[in-house]
Amino acid sequence: MPETRLLDAEKIRKDFPILKRKVNGKPLVYLDNAATTQKPKVVIDALKHYYENYNANIHRSIHQLGEEATAAYELAHKKVSDFINAAFEEVIFTKSTTESLNLVAYSLTSSLKENDEIAISQMEHHSNFVPWQQLALKRKLKLKFIEIDSKGILKEDSIKQNITKKTKIVSVTHVSNVLGTINDIKKIGEIAHENNAMLIVDSAQGIPHIPVNVKNIDCDFLAFSGHKMLGPTGIGALYGKKEMLEKMEPFLYGGEMIREVTFKHTRFNELPWKFEAGTPNIAQAIGLGTAVDYLKKIGMKNVMQHDKKLTEYAFKRLSEIKEVEIYGPESNKRSSLIAFNVEGVHAHDVSAILDSNGIAIRAGHHCAMPLASKLGIAASARASFYVYNTKEEIDKLAEGIFKVVKIFNAK
Amino acid sequence: MTENMEPSYAGEGIYRENILDHYKHPHNKGIIENADIKFTENNPFCGDVITVTIKLKNHKTDGMKLIDDIKFTGSGCAISQAAASMLTEKIKGKSLKQIKNIQRDNIVNMLGIKIGVVRTKCAMLCLTAIKEGIKKI
Ligand SMILES: Cc1ncc(COP(=O)(O)O)c(C=O)c1O
Repeated sequence: MPETRLLDAEKIRKDFPILKRKVNGKPLVYLDNAATTQKPKVVIDALKHYYENYNANIHRSIHQLGEEATAAYELAHKKVSDFINAAFEEVIFTKSTTESLNLVAYSLTSSLKENDEIAISQMEHHSNFVPWQQLALKRKLKLKFIEIDSKGILKEDSIKQNITKKTKIVSVTHVSNVLGTINDIKKIGEIAHENNAMLIVDSAQGIPHIPVNVKNIDCDFLAFSGHKMLGPTGIGALYGKKEMLEKMEPFLYGGEMIREVTFKHTRFNELPWKFEAGTPNIAQAIGLGTAVDYLKKIGMKNVMQHDKKLTEYAFKRLSEIKEVEIYGPESNKRSSLIAFNVEGVHAHDVSAILDSNGIAIRAGHHCAMPLASKLGIAASARASFYVYNTKEEIDKLAEGIFKVVKIFNAK
Repeated sequence: MTENMEPSYAGEGIYRENILDHYKHPHNKGIIENADIKFTENNPFCGDVITVTIKLKNHKTDGMKLIDDIKFTGSGCAISQAAASMLTEKIKGKSLKQIKNIQRDNIVNMLGIKIGVVRTKCAMLCLTAIKEGIKKI
């Protein structure tokens, strides 16, 4: 059957050195992209190039290396802010989505009063769950949960019930890392804003796969991690609307974030540096800028189409295996991941058997224990796809699952 | 490399018949009513939970505490379930002091398979629950 390839995964694969390696004697089939993606050579080289040629601290060293490092760091800032259609001052570099969400949670809740409400959803990753839960406990705020239906989609009536005039903050995930559900964050934002609440989006699983325009979504904050979008670990970002960031208290105090310090007072630096205290992850930031260039070259629409086609194909193949139960919505409502269980087999065992065939997937509760308990499962297996994955690899996954069934059903 | 540093790879080879047998037909699965020890332990990495209940008896002559009966409940992978099934079988009649001396290597030997760092956590879950439970009395 001829098919139109929007993106040449075979060609892309050549850019990723790790994809040449064998695992347990078999070619690596890497399907754990929702945990972290692999890195193209250009990203790895960008880190190496920085350390070998212009390693210096930024914004303070008045010498050639310092100039070059500062320029490269600021360029990475510009690339990332352009990528999501934000202004330069609106993007803060952090180490990860987790740090971005903690930053915003700590900074915002200091202005809240007892009984103010925060609404999150039942499908949140622990990083968009535990910070709010703990701050709510400490500050006597009320934490509300938008419910999911049996398909793993946020219930419309529950969105309306849980976002009211009492709500100050709504924080939801763009894409669920377990269900794969793509949430209508623009709509949730409209409801939040009608109620004078702000919208925070956890886009850790969104930005890598879906073109994101923060102006169009009209979110107040948006968090993501570089390592899930071909970038290095140790670098993430927080987008915040300028007027929000201007009002917000810094989260970390120290060097870099100050304008002037006297024995009595400190005047904070301008945006975005006000929120970047201390020496940042310079090499990683530069690497993220390179990853963004790489994704832009492929085109985010192509990335989205490719991931969608693979996911639809995987959904079809896995649905054909009668022992497999898939969690979450139909394939046309989900992003590029599928969580599932094989009847009578624990996810660890599924993963271990696939691993012996060179196939890397994730097994566990995927850092969403409240959701797992809502679904009534302790653990699940999860296959997640990205630009370098192919249909042939999905076939290998399906074959691997057949093998799991065979091993466990053998008498 | 020490034993603890083995890679987590063990391959399909770990799914031996005896492991799968214990997984599908675990020994000592259940709860002992009026148990002397009850303890629940979980593995935060995978969400697995195990609850052990233990009935104690005194040694005939020296009054040492012995395991009279032990049961476990919970969900887990083949390795954690087989380890719990075998371990509970093995320690009946043993003294609490003997149990304190059981180590990772004993569990690995008991299972008779090679397991890496990650799966070790699964294999050890039941023993950890038992040891923690004993500490509570
Ligand atoms: C939906 C979602 N939010 C947040 C995170 C946390 O990302 P990080 O570990 O990079 O901080 C993840 C990562 O698994 C995720 O899937």
